[in-house]
Amino acid sequence: MSVAARPQLSHLRALESEGIHVMREVAAEFERPVLLFSGGKDSIVLLRLAEKAFRPAPFPFPLMHVDTGHNFPEVIEFRDRRVTELGERLIVASVQESIDRGRVAEETGPRASRNRLQTITLLDAIAEHRFDAAFGGARRDEERARAKERIFSFRDDFGQWDPKNQRPELWNLYNGRIHKGENVRVFPLSNWTELDVWEYIDQEELEVPSIYFAHEREVFKRDGMLYAWREGTELIDGEEVLSETVRYRTVGDMSCTGGVRSQAATLEEVVLEIAATRITERGETRADDRVSEAAMEDRKKAGYF
Amino acid sequence: MTLDLLRFTTAGSVDDGKSTLIGRLLYDSKQVFEDQLEHVAAASVRRGGEGTLDLALLTDGLRAEREQGITIDVAYRYFATAKRRFIIADCPGHQQYTRNMVTGASTADLAVILLDARKGVLEQSKRHAFISALLGIPHVVVAVNKMDLVEYSQERFDELVVEFAGFAAKLGGRAKLVYLPISALEGDNVVELSPRMDWYDGPTLLEMLEQVEVAYDHPHDTPARFPVQWVIRPFTRSPSLASSATPPTSASLAPSSAPSAGPSFAADSAGEDYRGYAGQLASGALRTGQEVMVLPSGQRTRIAAIDTFDGPLEEAVAPMSLTLRLEDELDVSRGELICHPEQAPVVGRELQADVCWLNDRPLRPRGRYLMKHTSRHATAVVEELYDRVDVHTLERTDGPEELALNDIGRVRLRTSVPLAFDPYRGNRRTGSFILIDEATNETVGAGLVVSDS
Repeated sequence: MSVAARPQLSHLRALESEGIHVMREVAAEFERPVLLFSGGKDSIVLLRLAEKAFRPAPFPFPLMHVDTGHNFPEVIEFRDRRVTELGERLIVASVQESIDRGRVAEETGPRASRNRLQTITLLDAIAEHRFDAAFGGARRDEERARAKERIFSFRDDFGQWDPKNQRPELWNLYNGRIHKGENVRVFPLSNWTELDVWEYIDQEELEVPSIYFAHEREVFKRDGMLYAWREGTELIDGEEVLSETVRYRTVGDMSCTGGVRSQAATLEEVVLEIAATRITERGETRADDRVSEAAMEDRKKAGYF
Repeated sequence: MTLDLLRFTTAGSVDDGKSTLIGRLLYDSKQVFEDQLEHVAAASVRRGGEGTLDLALLTDGLRAEREQGITIDVAYRYFATAKRRFIIADCPGHQQYTRNMVTGASTADLAVILLDARKGVLEQSKRHAFISALLGIPHVVVAVNKMDLVEYSQERFDELVVEFAGFAAKLGGRAKLVYLPISALEGDNVVELSPRMDWYDGPTLLEMLEQVEVAYDHPHDTPARFPVQWVIRPFTRSPSLASSATPPTSASLAPSSAPSAGPSFAADSAGEDYRGYAGQLASGALRTGQEVMVLPSGQRTRIAAIDTFDGPLEEAVAPMSLTLRLEDELDVSRGELICHPEQAPVVGRELQADVCWLNDRPLRPRGRYLMKHTSRHATAVVEELYDRVDVHTLERTDGPEELALNDIGRVRLRTSVPLAFDPYRGNRRTGSFILIDEATNETVGAGLVVSDS
């Protein structure tokens, strides 16, 4: 067997090592963890960390996607392919089923979004499978409520986050003790920035869904964002469908995720673009955070990711 | 080797210029984004600011904080220069101060302590210095801020240096202290050297942050400590996987192929008998072939291989996460510690420690808590409470009845199982622990090992 080169510790390696440590702590201290995999860039990095933490064994947890039914088809195709390659198990929790079962009511009108409904589907799935820990790909640089959230983020039996009463988190000693019915959301990428994620994807040569790269798409302009047009999209007066070269900085529900005009067609070009950008990813692409100053904080208190 | 990641902590209240300093570092390193600035500008106007940008609003994350103009909790900030990535643990000064400062300081390699050039060494700066020393932060930068308001006077700066040094000597910390005159508001000596203080010829704050050495820079000078987190046995299915049947309401993709092994796990090493001990190297370095000891059992063997997903390593250094294979078949489990036999830590069930109390319900002698130390859990009983330090006055009281929220005191603990530990001064990872309330599951105490009983 050949012996590899001497170790090197870039900041990416240090962040990676921290993430692996977090994952192994969860595997050891919880009965029924789950990893939330959306097919987006952050959860793609989570899957690589899980490989690094647990191979050559299978992951000690299944993967779960909360599917709004309004996802980009390219992302769903990628999600299924990646899961098959890894040989792991994927659970799909469906917002459509929550609607069909009367758990939630669909919003109506041209601005209808299923983003808010995901929370109920997520909480139902956690209860149904009795998950006690859920890995998410959220980062503290994304949003200012998240800047204050712990790596182990405790949720009560209503799934609520109480930002004013968080457990102190010292050194790398995570407290995973919970009572029945409570759960912990775990964020191994807490200390990563968007640029770290892209540099890591580049370094690890990870595949990402094609919508992250510049492509031509039918879009319409609303509230200063370029939304993907698809069959059935209701336009508001004055809006028209245009053809633009765009890429996506985040992958969410099609109804509330905007594309950005970009010519970045390769990983290297995406890294350069992110390094130079002057707008945060959520500010540029997520309508769900524009509702109020505390939109994310409010959704998290209600049980959001 | 220099790690290109530095974690540092700041502490203080709104009016001492801390937010301005952080805002300055973020802004000058182009880490404040346009939409964030728009947010801040809009909020500044709503709150009656007269067209000025209140940079404190950038760092206040929660609704209650913005409404009340206070900072409740530690916030983490990120910025980068061409030389390094930085993580700031930004701790509020007044609310829950010990709890927040201790949390922020626990992972920091460096602390920035702010002094107001007009006001001198105030209680809060002393408290921060005390906690930084207690938590073993190796580097402390004392930044004398608002130099613009004392006419950039070298004399005033020198006075404060003497005053602070006198206080710091009493703390007995081993940190390297450096002093720096700045004006966060005007930007003097933060990122750019100040033309208004030509009497100062040291580096700027940012240069210090970029150049300071971190603990992991000298892995070969530190004893190796490898707490086992998780045992990797690919051919034993874990109970949680085996019991998760396909749920009725979910589509399930369950391919029959085996999981793809990483490039490193060649057939010879990933055979039926594969048994790897996974963990993060807490300190020091380990090499393939070296003799190692497993604690608390004391069994000895050699390292057969250091596996990572990216291939085997001849040598690993902290803080890498890795998987060790051992030459002999030992029964090692989570919570045990692998080290070199000639540099072993203390193994025992009694220890003295300084405890920072983080909870409303006080610590009392005979109290019983759950303890987490490295990857090991134990039950700990407080055998004795020796003293208490009042973090307001830094006065020490002998034989107190209890430790209340934000108190720090020396205790003797007895644990239900033997622990392999080092004094915190020698090793922050194997010298630290947390105490957890058995009933509420809250983290109630932060412990720093002083010695075995």
